[in-house]
Amino acid sequence: MKVRPVLSDPEKQRGRSAAVAIAALVIAAGIPLWWKTTETYRAWLPAARIGELEALQLELRVEVEVVFARGTLSPEQQKKVPASRMHKTGLKFTYETRFRTATVMEEDALNQPTAAEADHALHTLTETSCGSVVIYIIPEASALLPQDMRVYVGRSRTALLRSQVASVVGAGLPEVLAALDPQMEQVLQTMSFNHQDVTAALTDRLRPGLSTRDSLADSMRAFKSSPGYEITFSLLNPDPKHHQLHWDVEAALDAYIYPLLHKMAPVANFSVDSQILYYAVLGVNPRYDASASAYTLSADSLAHVINPVEARLGSNAASSNPVLNFLLYVPDSLHSPLIIRNDQKQEVASNAFHSPRWGGIMVYNVDGAYGNDTQFPVDIAIDMSRVMGVFLSQLRLMLGFQQTGAPPGFVLEAAGREGVAEWELDRLLWSRSVENVATASASITSLAQLLDQIANIVINDNIAQQVASAVTALQAAVAELEAGNLALALEHSREAISASERAFFDPSLLHLLYFPDDQKFAIYIPLFLPMCVPILLSLLKIFREVQQHRFDKLE
Amino acid sequence: MPNIIAVVCASYGLAQSVCDGEDLPARAERFFRSDHTNNWAVLVCTSRFWFNYRHVANTLSVYRSVKRLGIPDSHIVLMLADDMACNHRNPKPATVFSHKNMELNVYGDDVEVDYRGYEVTVENFLRVLTGRLPPSTPRSKRLLSDDHSNILIYLTGHGGNGFLKFQDSEEISNVELADAFEQMWQKRRYNELLFIIDTCQGASMYERFYSPNLMALASSQVGEDSLSHQPDLAIGVHLMDRYTFYLLEFLEDIHPASQANMNDLFKVCPKSQCVSTPGHRTDLFQRDPGSVLITDFFGSVRKVEITMETINLTVPGIPLERFGGEPHTETALAYVDQLPVAQIIHQKPKQKDWHPPDGFILGLWTLILLVFFRTYGIKHLKHIF
Repeated sequence: MKVRPVLSDPEKQRGRSAAVAIAALVIAAGIPLWWKTTETYRAWLPAARIGELEALQLELRVEVEVVFARGTLSPEQQKKVPASRMHKTGLKFTYETRFRTATVMEEDALNQPTAAEADHALHTLTETSCGSVVIYIIPEASALLPQDMRVYVGRSRTALLRSQVASVVGAGLPEVLAALDPQMEQVLQTMSFNHQDVTAALTDRLRPGLSTRDSLADSMRAFKSSPGYEITFSLLNPDPKHHQLHWDVEAALDAYIYPLLHKMAPVANFSVDSQILYYAVLGVNPRYDASASAYTLSADSLAHVINPVEARLGSNAASSNPVLNFLLYVPDSLHSPLIIRNDQKQEVASNAFHSPRWGGIMVYNVDGAYGNDTQFPVDIAIDMSRVMGVFLSQLRLMLGFQQTGAPPGFVLEAAGREGVAEWELDRLLWSRSVENVATASASITSLAQLLDQIANIVINDNIAQQVASAVTALQAAVAELEAGNLALALEHSREAISASERAFFDPSLLHLLYFPDDQKFAIYIPLFLPMCVPILLSLLKIFREVQQHRFDKLE
Repeated sequence: MPNIIAVVCASYGLAQSVCDGEDLPARAERFFRSDHTNNWAVLVCTSRFWFNYRHVANTLSVYRSVKRLGIPDSHIVLMLADDMACNHRNPKPATVFSHKNMELNVYGDDVEVDYRGYEVTVENFLRVLTGRLPPSTPRSKRLLSDDHSNILIYLTGHGGNGFLKFQDSEEISNVELADAFEQMWQKRRYNELLFIIDTCQGASMYERFYSPNLMALASSQVGEDSLSHQPDLAIGVHLMDRYTFYLLEFLEDIHPASQANMNDLFKVCPKSQCVSTPGHRTDLFQRDPGSVLITDFFGSVRKVEITMETINLTVPGIPLERFGGEPHTETALAYVDQLPVAQIIHQKPKQKDWHPPDGFILGLWTLILLVFFRTYGIKHLKHIF
């Protein structure tokens, strides 16, 4: 039988103190050290401010200026015109209206023969800020508008409203203003924004089913807000043996497209290029229609035209921006002329069609330019103004300018050569700002939620900085929208959305760190168990001896 | 007689116009039946090595179908190990067959693989899905979908209960996949998503999904193995998996204008043909599967609208000032030397002939010997010479 060496007391004491010292070291120094070294670096995020974003209430304010022309108000009414008035409609919109009477120069401008010239003259007089609306009330008997039209909306931010209330002596100013209110509201909803637009811009954050059919179609057609767009104009010539096509696309772009893109510079960056494709055919065989003596493409077959062509288009884009394609197809001489028929089998005037979020295709027939016995190939110069007229309207649809449905009694001046009226641009800016604010705040809140949920993701400093700047820009954008400064609001909202996208899509935020519990145990147990078991057991032994000692002492 | 014919023609004409009149609201309905405007496909084969030939053939066959039905290469992200066609063991190089007797070569000459070889990793797959790619990634390697995109995701390889093996070195779990889809949903990177997986115990991979608008199909339930279809004796390996084989047979009958719906897809490969039980999951999907067309996911049928409005620009105008400012002076450009032959050739070390040691070495050794003999005396010299 083995004799256990008897430990003398001082040795036992040394043993005990050694065990206690080791345990103390492990607990005091080891555990914090292990915690620190296995911690992931997480920069601080402004969680409180992000939480506030969830409950963000958007308030939009429009500055309206109402100018009474001579003849609309009686003199005593004129004296009592209030300087300004705030009018909250619905939940979130505020119209800050200022009233005044027309100046002499404006009266002269209003005396022009037609509404268009009056509008042009008025435009040169005043400088309106982005997002504001000016309404001129003209007398009922005025000849500027045709008899049944009440409102004329010009190319800049002014509208002419025919006063309905005859200047009845005795009708007080409040009645006049009250009678004007619904008409003014209608004008403002056309020129500025209405509840539907704002709802459509917020469709991401709202439940589906709240937006109407038209706004759904509009939201499907237009591109979502993006920092830039790439536009490509392509000429498809399937028959170079017969047609030698010349298109002066650079000049046409300069004259017709660049003005619009220049005006849209606050919204996004655009990069435009063009190409010519030879021997590119449409993927569909057109049918010959003897009654029209032309080849026809029916509306059903149009959907299958795009895919075969798209494979050949190629793209110059080096960025991830969305691409808009505008194709000009000149049919080959065997299949000329080629016309597009709509659902009711009628000819389409523009001979063009477009696909939402993709672009447009126009068919340009050149069979009229030459006879049967000319020398092939024939030199044909394409009439770029007609082509660009179609492409410009398609481009407007793609960029988000809604198809103008004029309410009854309204005359909306067509955009003409500038491509877009100022008030249409304002409408787009309103919806873009709202959309940007909504998207940015959704991104930030979902990113914060994600980072909260997954404790193992590393949050670098640059991400925290992007998030902080996004939150600041968001709050600034909302403040500017409340104050009615549309241009500044758009700028801030663009900053906010670009910072939030950069933070959300940062490559370092990849979560590959899903460890099921059994894997965690499998890693830690072989490391810590052999070390912890002796320490624990010796502590237990010490504890029991101390208890025994105390027990003995008591006896 | 002519009267009857006239009456028949008239009534036919009347019926026709009535039908056309009804067509218009029907067309409008179709516009809104599915609110997607573009289609994307992410096709992943997670295996490498010659004996996993069938997984590459699976993926390439689905790729072919999807291209045939209209989705362009720019909208397909194809991840393959791509070591089959040029493998040393391939008796017919540059081909990958999907039917025995070498009937159908699915490799072809216009396949565009976006992630090949060792780039097919769990990390890259999740990066593609969530969009967190480094800024230098080209467009063809990105999934640039938006909130109106329908995405088809097809995975094939070796899997187990709750995981899928990537290239024999790592695995992706169903929780990670579900989280990735949730992140896609948070950023609205898809409108609807169809997830098809052909691995053993494939149904476990879609158990954990929790994001809306997801529909999932798997080739086998938990605890079952997906089996392969037919070996080819000349090539020596199995060419396809059963589920994908019958899926492809089904897709062969689909053309871009077809009206087949998802309920037909669920019936593909019953237990008698597949031996395993295919499963599907539609509870997260908002539309009724019977109203979802196959071409909503596998094809790319564009919505088209006629352009009714045009802008009248025909007033001959003087072109406005050219945006873009001054004309650029064209500097003559030249290509950088693409193949600097001189530098490459100099990289190989020149074969030097042996030369006797030069003066420095000789002088050094002389010095050493001199010091030695000075220190220890000249008498040691006789031991050396």
